Formats: sequence, structure tokens, C-alpha cells
Amino acid sequence: MLNKYPLWKNLLVIIVIAVAALYALPNLYGEEPAVQISASRNAELTPATLDTVRSTLQQENISAKSVALENNQILVRLKSDKDQLAAKDAIIDSLGDSYIVALNLAPATPSWLESIGASPMKLGLDLRGGVHFLMEVDMNEALEKIQNGMTDSLRSQFREERIRYTDISVDGRDIELTLRTVEDAQQARSFLDNRFQGYTLKNNDADSKQVILHMTEQKLKETRDYAISQNITIMRNRVNELGVAEPLIQRQGANRIVVELPGIQDTARAKEILGATATLEFRMVDTDNSVRDAINGRVPYGSQLLPMRDGPPQLLKDDIILTGDHIVNASVGYDEYNRPQVNISLDGVGGNKMSLATKDNVGKPMATVFIEYEATGTRDAEGNMQFKKNAEVINVATIQSRLSSQFRITGVGAQEAQNLALLLRAGALIAPIQIVEERTVGPSLGQENIDRGTQAIVWGFILVVLFMMAYYRKFGMVANLALFANVILIIGVMSMIPGATLTLPGMAGIVLTVGMAVDANVLIFERIREEIRAKRSPQQAIHHGYDSAFSTIADANVTTLIAALILFAVGNGPVKGFAITLAIGIVTSMFTAIVGTRAVINAVWGGKKIKKLSV
Amino acid sequence: MREIINTEQTLGFMKLRKIAAAFSIILLIVSITSLAINKLNFGLDFTGGTLIEVNFQKPADLNNIREVMKEADYSDAVVQAYGTERDVLIRLAPRNNVKAQELGDQVLQTLRAGIDDKIAVRRIEFVGPNVGDEFVIQGGLAMLVALLSILLYIAIRFEWRLAVGAVTALVHDVIITLGLFSVLGLEFDLTVMAAVLAVIGYSINDTVVVFDRIRENFRKYSKLTPLQTINRSLTDTISRTLITSGTTILVLLALFFLGGQLIHGFSTALLFGIFIGTYSSIYIASAVAFWLGVSREDLMPTEVEKEGADLDPMP
Repeated sequence: MLNKYPLWKNLLVIIVIAVAALYALPNLYGEEPAVQISASRNAELTPATLDTVRSTLQQENISAKSVALENNQILVRLKSDKDQLAAKDAIIDSLGDSYIVALNLAPATPSWLESIGASPMKLGLDLRGGVHFLMEVDMNEALEKIQNGMTDSLRSQFREERIRYTDISVDGRDIELTLRTVEDAQQARSFLDNRFQGYTLKNNDADSKQVILHMTEQKLKETRDYAISQNITIMRNRVNELGVAEPLIQRQGANRIVVELPGIQDTARAKEILGATATLEFRMVDTDNSVRDAINGRVPYGSQLLPMRDGPPQLLKDDIILTGDHIVNASVGYDEYNRPQVNISLDGVGGNKMSLATKDNVGKPMATVFIEYEATGTRDAEGNMQFKKNAEVINVATIQSRLSSQFRITGVGAQEAQNLALLLRAGALIAPIQIVEERTVGPSLGQENIDRGTQAIVWGFILVVLFMMAYYRKFGMVANLALFANVILIIGVMSMIPGATLTLPGMAGIVLTVGMAVDANVLIFERIREEIRAKRSPQQAIHHGYDSAFSTIADANVTTLIAALILFAVGNGPVKGFAITLAIGIVTSMFTAIVGTRAVINAVWGGKKIKKLSV
Repeated sequence: MREIINTEQTLGFMKLRKIAAAFSIILLIVSITSLAINKLNFGLDFTGGTLIEVNFQKPADLNNIREVMKEADYSDAVVQAYGTERDVLIRLAPRNNVKAQELGDQVLQTLRAGIDDKIAVRRIEFVGPNVGDEFVIQGGLAMLVALLSILLYIAIRFEWRLAVGAVTALVHDVIITLGLFSVLGLEFDLTVMAAVLAVIGYSINDTVVVFDRIRENFRKYSKLTPLQTINRSLTDTISRTLITSGTTILVLLALFFLGGQLIHGFSTALLFGIFIGTYSSIYIASAVAFWLGVSREDLMPTEVEKEGADLDPMP
């Protein structure tokens, strides 16, 4: 029979729309204030922590909607913003420094929806409020540091090998060595050949006094990746300190890092902390005086008592042997008995200082101090941010022999070695980082953007619905149903895709889709009218109308989809947000406008004897 | 049935093709001249610099703000009202002596100290000069790749003369939309760039619908000349073209009036682009294909395709 859909097609339409509606549903429930607790460095979240949080809230008379430990986080849901702030302060007081306590907005999705994995759409920073930073790592600086470290080590090795040179200089990826004589150059070549990983000999002319050592593509890439990952690690540590609920720290392109901090209020503080530098110092342990006396308040002149990360406080001499900026690299290695150790390389100047300082101190303990600047959240009289210098001993090791530019720290556990190497590298940031783009959206503007975008969508929708109803009568109503289903589908799909984020331009994309989605139905209905003018029966008209419009709709939408996909691939920021809703809207509108309306029209008009169509 | 236009008679669209061509050429010359002389008023996204939007509790006195800014040595600051009387936008060019990421906060402190300490930050944006340049290159590249891909798709699905016609119409739309922004000195930022690319998407949609009908009618009516076929196809599709443009313009008006300042540029570009795109898909795309000599033979099916009203229907 003409214009009847088989059962499976009707079911398909119903199921697709029902599933989308189900996953779109969480967006209606909104969000509720919450406090999120996660463990920092050495702490761990246990059921005991959960009990502490519960009893703290009880003591302060704050009633929480729920307190739960999930995904390594404790989430405390609260009834009001006021409770949220009070709860945060109380929890910080009772848990102490080892935990990160952050304000958050938790989706108020009912648990039955959560159990099927439904969650509301992620909102972009322009809708939530927050800070977006794009940071660029100075790769030239990174390369220069590596190359300078290499020339330093070449100089000392040439001296040992008694190869006489007149000049060693760096030119980008090349290290140019000028030797005293042609014979020296030959000796240098055979010495350098395949000795250094990541470097090749470029100039092999046997009669030249010059030798060029060229950094390989591989080594260059490693240097870049290393500089980026090092910076990402540091950024992550600092962001943790800020107590942001859902931060995003991600590499972008060859030399950039994106940091997004949603919902943060004090953006100035965020910038100060992210821009702060961590440093490292090597200092001698004061063994002449008693640590106990110092703890009791009698710190001897010329010494300082500092806390140690995993142990009792240490008494250190004030003199700094070396600062962290002389560290070229630090990595985990293993000795002949397979015990973990940390291998440290210093630059030339650092090597000399280390060598001088350790000459007379063999057998004595040396401490590694990690220093970070933490913003206190208070301001001085001029309104400047106050910083607290946090110095912490991360390692104490006994000097076994006079140290030079290459030395190692032994007697550490495997995990400790990893951490120590990481911290040593952090203290020796090989490439400085710079903010190249910043977008801060205040919380009031975010809410306003949501309201405006929603209003535009609602009014655009109403206008189109009224028009379709007036122009196409009953068929217009069917198209309107499809349009409504389409908006649900877009929201459902946006909520389902994990990486999709709704932004203000994204909302504009939905508005535009609402306007353009009826196009497919306009094409079909105009075709049906043509068929009726050509004196076909109503059933024939519906049938041929849909069929002949199909290829037109497909071609028209594919070309638009091409444009949307290219926007998504090439564009960034606002452009991407717009492209994603546009692309999803094109695909879903084809489904609702062709299959969806047909199902309704077939059900209502199909297979019956009708004289006139309301189109 | 309610009709926008009576389409029983074939309308003589192509009669106007020379007038339309002249009109378009004038518009193009004006646009290109203005783009060459006035350039585009590039926004922060492209020029780099710092932008601060603040909200005052009382209506803001712009002159007073300018005065305070000048005293604090920000004489290059551009201060303007943004949307409402209480919202103020301040722009600053990149500068050497201050760390860019601190500039926004410094200005804020100046304003709080000099005018009112209850000023709320709406947004701060900072774009480094290199990043701005990259956005320009990226945007231009996106446009170029989009146009080439569409050219290729239509050349494969239809025919090269139609593909050239379609892309000519698209380039026409883009240049004239950019021209409008240049002539009126409207700010051109990333959202406007997105809108211009959306105009490409919309305009090609319109053009493809017309081309689809041209192909169908070439196959259906063997007696008609190419000119008559094009006229017939434009007549067949004119109601659809006008209705779809109409609904799209309706939603864009909603976006323009309700969407807020941030996407004003976006909706302006799209509103204008829809007009110009509708016009070009009627008068430019088909006319160019006609001048290139598109004919019935070019569009006959090379293989059996399940398309067109006379073939077997799809299930």
C-alpha cells in the first residue's frame, strides 16, 4: 500500500527520538552548589576522610544534600551558595593542606539518569564564566639551553681527550667546532662520530679544520616535547593549588598549552599563580647544631629550619651552593644492583660551583630544597598580591665524592626517584612560558549569555513555527513537530558526545539550524504541491513529493556539511563552537525532516482515501 | 493553495541577467575598493591587544573614564559604551613595558581607584599579536579550503560549468559581505568570520537546490533551450527559495535583537549574507553556468540513477 511505513521504521523514529530525549533530559535539571575535595601530593581519600567531612559539616550545622566518595573525589552537594562557602571554609580548616577543596557546580541529574550515563551538556567558558589561557613555550630558549649544555660538555671532554680547539659556537641546530689543526679536526671527528645520541656529524670534509655537529630531527622533537610536557606538569601542580573543580590543561599544536579554569572568580590570583616560578636550591645540612634545639625555637645564626616533605624538619645552612636554573636535566636511572637513582646534569657554571662546594664536604649531607611561591589571597596596602614563599626539603643525601657537572642521588625508592627527578626538572624549567591569549568571562556575563541565547532560540523557534502553520496548515504542523524533535536531537547528541561544548556561537548555530532545518520540509511540501497541480492523486503526490525532493535535500545538505566540517577542522574558539552545532544540526535535521515527518504523514494520511491535502 | 508567486507561467529571470551582472559588478568594485582603501575594521581577535568590559552600578560617565585612563597613562585607550549605559568596553593596543597578562588587571585597578570600587568585570580578553596573525591566516585558509571542496563536490555530482557558477556566486557573496563590513566600518572578529563561512554554507545550499532542478529539467524537457530550461527551473524553485530565506531571516532577526551585543556582528553578517546569497543563487550562479555554455548534453545521466520524478521511487 502506498504511504505506509513498516513497523520497524516507525519504531526507529520513535526510538531515536526517545533516546535523544532521554539524554537531553539532564539539561532541564540544572546545577546545584557543591564542594569538591580531591587529594593532593601525598594524601589519599579514604572512607575515614569522608567521615571527617561529614562530622565537620555536622559541627558547623551545615546540612548537605549528599556527601559521596566517587572517582577519587568527595563531592558534597549543598542547598545554597551560602552553605557552599561556609562548607568550603569548614572543610579546609578540618582537612588541612593535603587536600584540594574547590567550589563547584554539580549537575542535579537524578540518579536513574546518571546510571544510564546521561549528563547535561558541557558549557563553554563564555556561558559558565571562567578563564581561558593560551600559553606559549619559548622553544628557542629550550633549544639554546640544550645546545649550551652540549657545548659545555664538549669543551670539558675535548680537554680530557687533549683535542685542541679554537672555538665552539652554537648556530641554531648546529654546533660549529673550529679545531687548531686539520689533524685535530680528524681526531675530533673520530671522537665525535656516533658518540652523542641525537647528534650527527654534518661536515665530513677531511681537509677542513671545521667540524659541525648537527642536532637530529628526532632530538629536536624530543627537546620540544620535553619542554612542553615539563611545563604541563608544572601547570597542573599550580592549577591544583588554585582549587579549580574541572580544569583543562592540554597541549595545543607544537609549542602551546591551553589552560581552562571554569568558574573561577579571582582571575588575578589565577594569573599570578600560573605565572609564578618554582625554583630549587642545593644547601648543606647543618650538622654542628641540634635540630631539636632549633625546633624548640633556638635556631642558630647562619642556619634555617625547614620542613621536609616526608620526614622531620631539617636544619640547613643559609648559604646556597647552587640554584636550580643550573640544572640541565634530571632523569631516573638504575645502578649496577638495579637500585633506582636520580641522574643530574648541570651546566658548566653549575658544575664548577658544585665541584668547589663539595670539595671539602665529602661525607656530609646535602639537602635539596624546593621553593614555590604561593599567593595567600590577601593584598597589601597598595592592592598587590601577597606571596608566601614555600620552601620544603625534598631530599637529603650524603656527598660520596667531589661532585662535578654530572652526579647522582642514590638511596631513594623508585617512586621517590620519579618524583625527585620531576621536581628537579621543574626547578630547572628549560623553557620559559608566556601567556599569548587570555579570555576571562565574569560569572554574570556567562549567565546573561545563556539567557540571551535561550531567548533567541525560543523566539526564532516560535516565529518559524507560526509561519509554517500559517503557510502549510496541517503539513506545516507536522514540520513543526519535526523541528521540535530536531532541537531535542541536537541537545541530546551534544550531551552524549563527551568532548562537545556548548558556547554562545554554538547557540547561534542552533538558532540558524532552526531556520534552515525547515528547508527540507519546504522542498518536500513544494514538490507535493507541484504534483497536486499536475493532477496526481493526494497519495501519489505525497509519495512522489518525498522521493523527488530527496536527492535535492541530500546534495544541498552535503555541501553545507562540507562547509561546517571545514569550519570545525580549521577554526578555533568561537568558530569551532558554531561549527559543531551547525554540523550536528544538519545531520539531525535530515533525519527529522525526511524520515520523521514521513512517519507522521504516513500514519495520519497514508493508505486512506483522501480528496484534498492540507498542504 | 497559498502561493507567494504564481508559478504557472515561466518567469523570465534570465532576461535580467545583464542588469544583474552589472549590479553585481558595481557592488564588487565598491567592495573591493573599500577593502583596499578602508581595509576591514579588525577586532581584537586579529589585531592583538587587550579588551576589558566592565559593569558600573550607575550609568557610566564615558568622558570621566577617558580622563581617568589618560591620567593613568593609558592615552591610547578606546572607551565606548557597550549595549547598555552601565556597560563599558575599553580597548588597549599591545604595549611593550607591561606584561600583557597583567594589563587587564592594572586597568581595572585604575578604574576602581579612580571612579568606583564596585566595578564588576564582565570579561577580559587578551590576544598576543602573533596569535592574531594566525587567526587571519587560519580564517583565510578555511575559506579557501571550503570553496575548493565545494567546487570539487559539485563538479563531481553535477558538472564543471555549474561548479564554476556556484563558486563564482560564493566568492561574490563573501566579497560583498566583507565589503559591507568595510564600508560601514563594522568590527570584524572571529564570530563574524564564522558568520561569513556560514553564509558560504547557506548560499551553496540555495544554489544546489536550483542546480538540481536545472539538471532535472534538462532531462525532462528535451525541447527547451538552455535559457528556457534555466528560467523554468528558477520558477519551479522560487517559492522554496523565498520561504527558506524568509524563515532563516526570521530566526536571524530573533538572534539580532535578543542575542546580545556579543553576537551582533555575527547576526549582521548572516542577515546581509542571506540576502546577497539568495540573490546570487538566482541571478549569478545560473547566469555564469549559462555563459559558460551549459547544455542538455552535459547533464544527461551517464549511468542509471535513482533520481528524478520519472524514475522508480525510493522505498
